[in-house]
Amino acid sequence: KKMENKTSFLPQEGEVRPSRCPDNSAFKQQKLPAWKPQLTIATVLSSFFFTGTFCLSVGVCLILSANSVREIQIDYSDKCSDCSKLRENSSNWNKECHCSVNFTLKEDILGDVFMYYGLQNFYQNHRRYMISRSDAQLLGRNVNIQKSYCTPFTTYRNGTPMAPCGAIANSMFNDSIDLFYNLNSSVIQVPLLKTGNSWWTDKNVKFRNPKSYNLSSAFAGTARPPYWQKPVYLLDEEDERNNGYVNDDFIIWMRVSAFATFRNLYRRVRRIRQFADGLPAGNYSFHISYNFPVTKFKGRKHVILSTVVWSGGSNPFLGIAYVVSGTAATLTGFVITAVHLKLRKKKTYFQK
Amino acid sequence: MSRKTVPGCFSRMIWKKHFFKETCCQCGAPDTEVQNEELEKRGKVKKRKKKNENKRVIISNLPFGSKKWNENPNRYYDSNEIKTTKYTILTFLPKNIYEQFHRFANIYFVVIALLNFVPVVNAFQPEVSVIPICVIMAITAIKDAWEDFRRYKLDKEINHMGCYIYSREERAYVEKCWKDVRVGDFVQLQCNETIPADILLLYSSDQNGICHLETANLDGETNLKQRQVVMGFSSQNTLFEPEFFQNTIICEMPNNDLNKFKGYMEQPNHERIGFNIESLLLRGCTIRNTEAAIGIVIYAGHETKAMLNNNGPRYKRSKIERRMNMDIFLCVGLLFVMCLVGAVGHGIWTGNFSEHPPYDVPDENGNFLSPVLAGFYMFLTMIILLQVLIPISLYVSIELVKLGQVFLIHSDIDLYDEEADLPIQCRALNITEDLGQIQYIFSDKTGTLTENKMVFRRCTVDGIEFSHQENARRLETHKELDLDDEDFAKLQHFTLPPMNIERPATYKQRTMRPLRRCQSARAHFQGHTRNRSLGRCDSNQSQVAFSSTIEKDVTPDSRLLRRVREAALQTENLSPFIHMKTSTSLTDFFLALAICNTVLVSTATEPRQRVTVPPPIKPSGITLEKIHQIFQRLKLASLSQSFSSSQSSSDLGTSFSVKNAEEHLAALDCCDNDDDCCARGRGNELQGKGSTDIGSASLDEVFKSVTNSSLPTDFCYEAESPDEAALVYAAQAYSFTLVSRTPEQVTVQLPQGTVLTFDILYTLGFDSVRKRMSVVVRHPLTKEIVVYTKGADSVIMDLLEDSAKADTKAEKRMKRIKEKTQKHLDYYAHDGLRTLCIAKKVLNEDDFQKWANFRREAEAAIDNRDELLMETAQHLETKLTLLGATGIEDRLQDGVPDTIAALREAGIQIWVLTGDKQETAVNIAYSCKLLNQRDTVFTINTENKETCESLLNLTLEEVRKNYEVEKPRRKFFGIFPTSFSASEAPSPEFGLVIDGRTLNIIFQGGLEEKFLALTTHCRSVLCCRSTPLQKSMVVKLVRRQLKVMTLSIGDGANDVSMIQAADVGIGISGQEGMQAVMASDFAISRFKHLKKLLLVHGHWCYARLAKMVIYFFYKNVSYVNLLFWYQFFCGFSGSTMIDYWQMIFFNLFFTSVPPLLFGVLDRDVSAETLLGLPELYKNGQNSEIYKLSTFITTMLDAFYQSLICFFVPYLTYKDSDIDVFSFGNPINTISLLTILLHQALEMRTWTLFHLVTMIGSVVFYLVFSLIYNAACVVCNPPTSPYWIIEKQLSDPTFYLLCLITPVIALLPRFFIFALQGTFGASLILKAQQLDKLPKGQQDLEIQKLRSRKQTTSGAPVASPASNDDPDQNISHLCVSPFLHPVAAAVSRGDTESQGLSASEVNPLRKWTPEEGYYFFNRWAEEESTTTDSSAGPFSGHYPLVPSRVTTAGQDSGKLTKDNANSFNHGSHRRSVSAVTL
Repeated sequence: KKMENKTSFLPQEGEVRPSRCPDNSAFKQQKLPAWKPQLTIATVLSSFFFTGTFCLSVGVCLILSANSVREIQIDYSDKCSDCSKLRENSSNWNKECHCSVNFTLKEDILGDVFMYYGLQNFYQNHRRYMISRSDAQLLGRNVNIQKSYCTPFTTYRNGTPMAPCGAIANSMFNDSIDLFYNLNSSVIQVPLLKTGNSWWTDKNVKFRNPKSYNLSSAFAGTARPPYWQKPVYLLDEEDERNNGYVNDDFIIWMRVSAFATFRNLYRRVRRIRQFADGLPAGNYSFHISYNFPVTKFKGRKHVILSTVVWSGGSNPFLGIAYVVSGTAATLTGFVITAVHLKLRKKKTYFQK
Repeated sequence: MSRKTVPGCFSRMIWKKHFFKETCCQCGAPDTEVQNEELEKRGKVKKRKKKNENKRVIISNLPFGSKKWNENPNRYYDSNEIKTTKYTILTFLPKNIYEQFHRFANIYFVVIALLNFVPVVNAFQPEVSVIPICVIMAITAIKDAWEDFRRYKLDKEINHMGCYIYSREERAYVEKCWKDVRVGDFVQLQCNETIPADILLLYSSDQNGICHLETANLDGETNLKQRQVVMGFSSQNTLFEPEFFQNTIICEMPNNDLNKFKGYMEQPNHERIGFNIESLLLRGCTIRNTEAAIGIVIYAGHETKAMLNNNGPRYKRSKIERRMNMDIFLCVGLLFVMCLVGAVGHGIWTGNFSEHPPYDVPDENGNFLSPVLAGFYMFLTMIILLQVLIPISLYVSIELVKLGQVFLIHSDIDLYDEEADLPIQCRALNITEDLGQIQYIFSDKTGTLTENKMVFRRCTVDGIEFSHQENARRLETHKELDLDDEDFAKLQHFTLPPMNIERPATYKQRTMRPLRRCQSARAHFQGHTRNRSLGRCDSNQSQVAFSSTIEKDVTPDSRLLRRVREAALQTENLSPFIHMKTSTSLTDFFLALAICNTVLVSTATEPRQRVTVPPPIKPSGITLEKIHQIFQRLKLASLSQSFSSSQSSSDLGTSFSVKNAEEHLAALDCCDNDDDCCARGRGNELQGKGSTDIGSASLDEVFKSVTNSSLPTDFCYEAESPDEAALVYAAQAYSFTLVSRTPEQVTVQLPQGTVLTFDILYTLGFDSVRKRMSVVVRHPLTKEIVVYTKGADSVIMDLLEDSAKADTKAEKRMKRIKEKTQKHLDYYAHDGLRTLCIAKKVLNEDDFQKWANFRREAEAAIDNRDELLMETAQHLETKLTLLGATGIEDRLQDGVPDTIAALREAGIQIWVLTGDKQETAVNIAYSCKLLNQRDTVFTINTENKETCESLLNLTLEEVRKNYEVEKPRRKFFGIFPTSFSASEAPSPEFGLVIDGRTLNIIFQGGLEEKFLALTTHCRSVLCCRSTPLQKSMVVKLVRRQLKVMTLSIGDGANDVSMIQAADVGIGISGQEGMQAVMASDFAISRFKHLKKLLLVHGHWCYARLAKMVIYFFYKNVSYVNLLFWYQFFCGFSGSTMIDYWQMIFFNLFFTSVPPLLFGVLDRDVSAETLLGLPELYKNGQNSEIYKLSTFITTMLDAFYQSLICFFVPYLTYKDSDIDVFSFGNPINTISLLTILLHQALEMRTWTLFHLVTMIGSVVFYLVFSLIYNAACVVCNPPTSPYWIIEKQLSDPTFYLLCLITPVIALLPRFFIFALQGTFGASLILKAQQLDKLPKGQQDLEIQKLRSRKQTTSGAPVASPASNDDPDQNISHLCVSPFLHPVAAAVSRGDTESQGLSASEVNPLRKWTPEEGYYFFNRWAEEESTTTDSSAGPFSGHYPLVPSRVTTAGQDSGKLTKDNANSFNHGSHRRSVSAVTL
């Protein structure tokens, strides 16, 4: 086409050559139809009052629902001082230590009751700690963990790889807590569910045991992490599907907490027999096999029994936040109204 | 490929290249560098292969042909294929990466990315951390690649242009592509062809071996340059045979000096012929006026001088960028502080443990770091973690946004000049926003404010004014025509005068018109739009001369025309030989206009071919010489064109008549659509000549036949100064046509059709001291020796024959004429016309011989020759008889006063820096409203330092006094804002006029500060008679001392330094070549475009970019701070709660497009409102959007928002079983929403694009997160955000959080906005509200706002009625040592002048009824407004006799009578005559 243009006879050249005149299109002339939001008194006030009303109502709902949550939290780090002293010396790692903590429920905790263990001052979110894991290994793959982020918890001196590797796994919370209901001097163990506590996707996708005919052979050639008392394939000897990497306690521990003070779901109360509606009021006691040392980092350990509602746990903050901001917005709306009314008469101020 | 189109193509490509270059080469390394490198490389190659290092040896390629090519010594030279691309496909990657590392920011980010590879300090997975920098560099690389590809395509186009190369096989010149041209080839060039390489001229069809070149493509100079065939090269007279060329050419190595070239040619007999630049045809130039030229290629391709001179674009740093860089340092400081907090915190945290806790992971060997070392490492880690605080994407974003802005500016149809077919050119890409912050404009006058088109407006002959109403009306309509081309024909009919004789002139306009479009379309490819003769061989183009129609066509004044015709008829009845004896001064006047100049003539049919009838040996006018001339011309003609063998010219000797004119008309008519017509015309002409050849009749017969029948249809005049041409055109309009000019003769055709050839005895050229020029001619018929003088009225009037003691009637008449003429001149000057007086003197033979001897002696003198010449000239130019005077208008460009008023309202100080005369400058300043009639104008002209200093002090005192008086009044005013506003008399403002010499004193004497102090009080400053260097010094002075943003605008080479000195340089394209454009950052074609460019685009670009930059800082700080806050909860260990991919993508993709779009498209106020309320520009001027306070506020807001975005989720999830990424995900989402909503609050315009990108960003984030979180189980070790967002999306808390947090975060900002709207504080907000109003109401409101503004600020509202206020100081105060003694008188006179002005008017008024019939109505109108004190709104015209003029009269009245005489001429002259030390 270009050649045609060039061979064309001169007089026409003026017409043939495209003019350099820019397109008169809305885009190029910056005249695109546009919505130009203007803060008029109507929009401002309505937005403030609407926000205020909305937030207030949501906030009230949230506070109400958060208040319906029943929660009891028991700090057992001091109550088992003997054990904690014993654990201060790491050479006593294989000595068992038990203690029990008694508490009273003044009223029933109805509905699903969740049992958490809580740790304070345990920085699971420490950067180097957080990355010290091998997801590939936990997926059951045969990987060279030497090259993973697990260092220094990868292999023993003799070259035996740790299964699971890494600092997170190594420092797994290994207290075992049982709940007993003291009913008329008879002690009933509260039935607790130890599976189904972790995310379904974690249990079924993210964590897999190595494939083999049985677990112990699957983990053959590997060793437990140094802090552990038993190898990974013995985490739950009763339930094959809750053993090895797919052990719920392990999975939950591997999901590192966001803050230094945190709780992890430990057990759920199984709603059978007298616990069908939750935990009835009365005297209870925790029987704790105290393995996890916290004193050296000035940590504390808790056991928490709690119910949940749609809006989460017992934390009322969100509700308060809504209420406060709702109030603030409404007040601001009033302030603006006042200012507006005052300035309205002035000439310099023209609002439609 | 047609050869005819080649020049156009090439020029277009050159143009494209320029534009393209600006749009592309952003990268640090300019092209030249690359070129030089390449050159060096090539040089090295050559050095290896060539024995002779400093010389280039070239021989003909022909003996080698294609077979023996390998033996050709020329084979090592560059081929003509050009390659301006920076990269090839292979070298692109390494080279581009290398280039990108020239940028500091890139290095910074790369270093940080590399730091991340160090295990002890890494914050992220090292592989991931290089992604951002890679993406940024990839985007830049893609941009570069695209640009390079465009360059490649352009190269290809140029490389494939055609030219004729001699081929041995075919024994003829065959067409080949440019790229196939080799050094040593013989190239044949034809008229109007663009030269493909640097070629040594060996043959030219011109018999003198001259070849004309137009070098506009190269240097922008539009005049033709002559090139000469190598002197002494034998084959000139015969046609050049390449086959026999056996010489060896030895010349210098390629260099970029356009004016230097040396070499010699060695003939087989070892004889050497030298040559220089005069024989070199440069690549890119165009052959003009030469049928054919043949040469041998010396340099090809990149080695040509044109290519070596090809400079890259300019790289400037804008004010925002400077500010931004400072803020980046602030950010670096902030980063440092934050990292320090992290480091110290980590050290303390680590030190707190007596024993290492299980979450403190030792290194590979099981060792723990000491707290100090851990802290130090943490510092580095934190730098990596928080690196984004320095906005990595800011640089590339700004680049992209500016590209978009430039694109939009470039495509603004309002900045497109249809006449020149030129849109605005943005040559600098990176200072668009500077356009919005200009505080000072320095403007050139000629060609910038004015069109540099001199138009004949009025004349006075014998004391009778001819107002040329029709002409004035034509000019008016022309203005409209500029706006609307379509109406042209209609309007032309409307103005068509009824007289027959005028028809050719008007006809010209009509035929010109349709051609104009294509002509102009062509013209700009030469890089200039001036419709100069492009000297085409093609007949259709030939009509168009180098002057535009507006200059050329003068519609004669009917009254004057009648007189001329009467005179002509009178003489026609008598013998043609005696009519000149009865010549009236009218004839003399027009003869003087036609003769007294240095204009060169070319004809339309042979454009550029100057009608220079070769001079006879003796200027005595003998028949033989004449015939010789004719022979010469015939020869020329036969060489250049073929005869057409049509009719024989029978009408020999017939005089020019109406019939003849009609014939011409017909000929022209056929020209319109017939290509042959001009050939016919030419044939006609030739036959005319031919017949004379055969006839060998008497001189007169020959004379007449030549002239009458061969008179070309149209003449093109090339003048040194445009006003000369204007006068010649004016004479032509009255049928005094300048036909030819040689150094010895000048030929003029008279209205009767007779052609007279005057022998020029002497030409006393124009100089600025004498301010006049003269020609001494011998009248061919009367044999009288006549001196025609033309010059400034101030000098001519003093040189007139003394008529003081007039007694005879004739002398009395002379006196009267003189007085009248002076009055007319005063009016002309006031009207802004350039005035020239025309006078004559008849010498008797003896006197002349005496003088001639004297002159010859002077010419021969060695010592003080110049003085002697001057003396002789002055000796001759005395006792002149006044013929008349002319008023030429240097037309103001369209819309200049309006633009200046708007710019001034926008708070921009406008200075005019011109090399022009003071009077002209002042006049123009008045007419373009730069100075108001009411302003007090100080004029400082001195050459003495002390005087200058005291003058400055005095003026400063004066000005300050005035301001002090004003200040308390204002305060008082503030207390009672409503009371006196109506009665408040606006204070006068000040103007300063200063000349170049005084500027020199100021610069040398260290008076800069005083000068600046004075100028800051002045409304405008005019620097006249300033050199280019002074212009740039003034610009630099203001820029440096006052620390303001400056803009220079100019059109000529003399403005280049000024353009370069300013922050923003603007070139006016199309008037005076390309230099100004090449040096500029933006090239516009009209001054009026400046208004929209600054007020609209400047404002927008500034607002957009400033907001965007601020937003980027905000965005990064608020996002990075989230990570920082988290450090307080993770033991300052450098953890992130957000997955790194999502973090990277956050900045790169999720939140990048909306601000970009915002930066390109946002319109805070509509264009109409911005133009309507220029004051809105002050927003950018004061950097109100982006300054330290706004930056800090934004930073604080960013901190607040990040705190909210972090702590609301933190407090919500506190003490829960939330894991790190489940905590990070809502935070990420929340801050995304907050940041986008923040942007949404900032946005003033929501188009579909905005909406789509906004929603798209969120959707993209969600989709990406969903996919990434679902698909990535172990893809991103060691951390895995698997299923996080899916889980979150099923949690109501997440939604609740996402709702409340942005609300809390943005509530304060929204509140502030709401308050701002409520209080209506800023003008911008008001303007935004105006935008919403319907059109009519909007205008009304704008008017209201403006008037309110004006009354409150006390800005003067120009109105003649206010002149009657006696309190006003309306003096045109001229502070000068000369005038100082009477300063008191001046100030006294001021008040009196009001009353006196009426009486001053009176003589004119009395006089008007006398001649009133002939006066242009406007004059009368204006007068009535001046005298009528109750006149309503200012009509837009000036009062007839403004106070400043009368003041001058008053002053002079108090002086001596002699002085009064010279002072009478009007204020514009007073300063000159009075104030020179």
